[in-house]
Amino acid sequence: MMEGLKEAAAKGFAAARFEELVKKGHGRTFSIMEVCGTHTMSIAKYGIKTILPAGIRLVSGPGCPVCVTCQGYIDAASDIARRKEVIMTTFGDMVKVPGSGGSLADARAEGADVRVVYSPLDCIRIASENPHMQVVFLSIGFETTTPATALMIMNSRRLGLRNLSILSGNKTLPAVLEMVASDEGRSIDGFLYPGHVSVITGIASYERISDRFGIPGVVTGFEPMDILHAVFLLLTNIINGNNTVINAYSRVVRNEGNIKARTITDEVFEACDAYWRGIGKVPGSGLKLRDKFKDMDAWKIFDMIETESAEPTGCICGSVIMGRASPEECGLFGKTCTPDDPSGPCMVSSEGACAAAFRYGR
Amino acid sequence: MCLAVPGKVISIEGGTGLIDFTGVKRKASLELLENVTVGEYVIVHAGCAIERLDEEEALKTIALFKELSGSDDI
Amino acid sequence: MLVSLAHGAGGLQSQEIVRDIFVKRFSNGIIDRMEDSAVVDLPCDLHGSSLAFTTDSFVVNPVFFKGGDIGKLAVCGTVNDLCCVGAIPLYLTMGFIIEEGFCMASLDKIAESIAMTAKSCGVAVVAGDTKVVPAKAADGIFINSSGIGMVRPGVHISCANARPGDTVIVSGGIGEHGCAIILSRDDLGLESEIVSDCAPLNGMIGKVPDTMMYDSMIHTIRDITRGGLAAVLNEICGQSGVGMRIFENKVPLRDDVSAVCGILGLDPLNLACEGRVVMVVSQNSADAVLKALRSHEYGRGAQVVGEVTDDHRGRVLLRTSAGGDRIVDMPSGEQLPRIC
Repeated sequence: MMEGLKEAAAKGFAAARFEELVKKGHGRTFSIMEVCGTHTMSIAKYGIKTILPAGIRLVSGPGCPVCVTCQGYIDAASDIARRKEVIMTTFGDMVKVPGSGGSLADARAEGADVRVVYSPLDCIRIASENPHMQVVFLSIGFETTTPATALMIMNSRRLGLRNLSILSGNKTLPAVLEMVASDEGRSIDGFLYPGHVSVITGIASYERISDRFGIPGVVTGFEPMDILHAVFLLLTNIINGNNTVINAYSRVVRNEGNIKARTITDEVFEACDAYWRGIGKVPGSGLKLRDKFKDMDAWKIFDMIETESAEPTGCICGSVIMGRASPEECGLFGKTCTPDDPSGPCMVSSEGACAAAFRYGR
Repeated sequence: MCLAVPGKVISIEGGTGLIDFTGVKRKASLELLENVTVGEYVIVHAGCAIERLDEEEALKTIALFKELSGSDDI
Repeated sequence: MLVSLAHGAGGLQSQEIVRDIFVKRFSNGIIDRMEDSAVVDLPCDLHGSSLAFTTDSFVVNPVFFKGGDIGKLAVCGTVNDLCCVGAIPLYLTMGFIIEEGFCMASLDKIAESIAMTAKSCGVAVVAGDTKVVPAKAADGIFINSSGIGMVRPGVHISCANARPGDTVIVSGGIGEHGCAIILSRDDLGLESEIVSDCAPLNGMIGKVPDTMMYDSMIHTIRDITRGGLAAVLNEICGQSGVGMRIFENKVPLRDDVSAVCGILGLDPLNLACEGRVVMVVSQNSADAVLKALRSHEYGRGAQVVGEVTDDHRGRVLLRTSAGGDRIVDMPSGEQLPRIC
């Protein structure tokens, strides 16, 4: 069944189907925001924009957890990593991201013990094997990833580990999506919602957006056919004035989401304000460890504060992340700002809008 | 922000399952789900199974996708 | 028993290690003389040929991996570099820099692997060197290998020779070596049957009829190493001043390699190979070249993957499985697993 699914989902379908729809819009351009960084990557990787006709504009949104992590977080991480008693564990995504004084890769080159992990749960083994070292996990991600980190915290507590902590930078999407939806300058006609975040959250927050702001949405997966089919469904609804949310990823997304995963997350984390790089403060969109886990809170253990810093002159990442501008409209794009030498957040991560446009679209 | 792949649960020990992803195996925590059994398909992100794959819905999806791509010349 | 600094000091222990491991394993009448330089004869039927000369260094970690080891890699890497200019590989050197404390039995195993691989592809290791450095000054063992071969008159294979209209062939499944190395890292916790594709390819390339080599139908041969297929295709386009159109559905890729890439968020086009080549050949010779490659055990998976074009010069365009188009960029930096 898996081979059949993969094969069927890897294909595309022809532009002609879209062209019929676009004609019904009488020459209007439709702007669809794909929220999730993994969608940005898939769209670039499969060349989806070259299949869609002119008249359908896919815009990247703020759902790139690496892109929206402040330089201050990287600086705090690098500071902690350089301490002799620390083993820093991180997802691979964060290793090359530059802070104001270099990246974790730079810290590693200077002798810091920085290890890439595939799962937060791997930190438990590392901490057990290195009882005299303080293992610090760089906890970033949205709702898909946070339950795995919460599980790690609970299991670590259950095992009585005393040398494992996290530097929490986790965020949640609903508040920033409402910011985009309520943005007066917005031209977004519909949302492609992130399939795997939705596995955890369900679709309730998207239904609130469609009710309050009249913007339809489709929850979809990451294979080419998932994306193309979702754009087709969304466009149909936009044209018909039908402001609903469709779950087009029902093979894994339940409308109510994963309640057990949310309960576990809620046991460990609580909401707080968070700074999104390029956007600024988004109230209630961050997650911090609850007080009962303060002995695992690296912000407290190492007495660190996450500072916010300004983007370089000419950087318009804030507008790109909110869907108001495209990467190509930035004066720095491809000139002083490239994936190897990024100026702003949209270029730092390979799934950022600018990095994807640079690597796959020139 | 969510790379997750589907795989088949081939054995379970406590809260951990051994998952087969088309010939590549890895352990994953099953603690975010209830009552997972051997033979089920789950979707795995960062070492944790985050949901089951609904086989009936998956088969419907295959049929739909085949219909959408079948008659077109790519 | 462990390798010590004394084994690299030039005295008694150095002689022992050279005699009991390297000369014993590589014995071929030339290295056994243990002169300061190897004096070699060139085969009579290759008189008038040009000399091809290459060097490469090998620092792979871990030293032993599924499907090979650093020794096998050293032979294959050097032999394959010679093949890529149309040379017949003849003689290799092996220089070893060994970290103090390295296991002697492992060193012997590596030497044995070098000997077996060299014998299997008809080359001789005729000179070598051994140095031992203090603990932590090297990562286990590093090997430098140089090689010479002969390019017969009339054979002109170059990275700059690709022409619009040419066919692009890949000799087998991509990314298998890269995956084998990744999977040998216990900390990622992945298990599979994937083994490195590490192989010496002179035998496979030798199956291509001589007439094609002389009639300038074979334009470019390039071995795919670090940087993967993406790097090689970009190099060819850059040096030849051409574009390429590649078809994702035609690129040979094992399902399990694809699964590893899916789990870790890696692009198979950027993963290393060590026993695969790209061949850019005239369109009318493609069928015969494909048949020749497939007749050899290392070329069974050979496929036509695309063509050289006149437009978008210097860029590689990929027609994806979905029917869209995207650029295949030159990979940059370390390929790291990701969750996003």
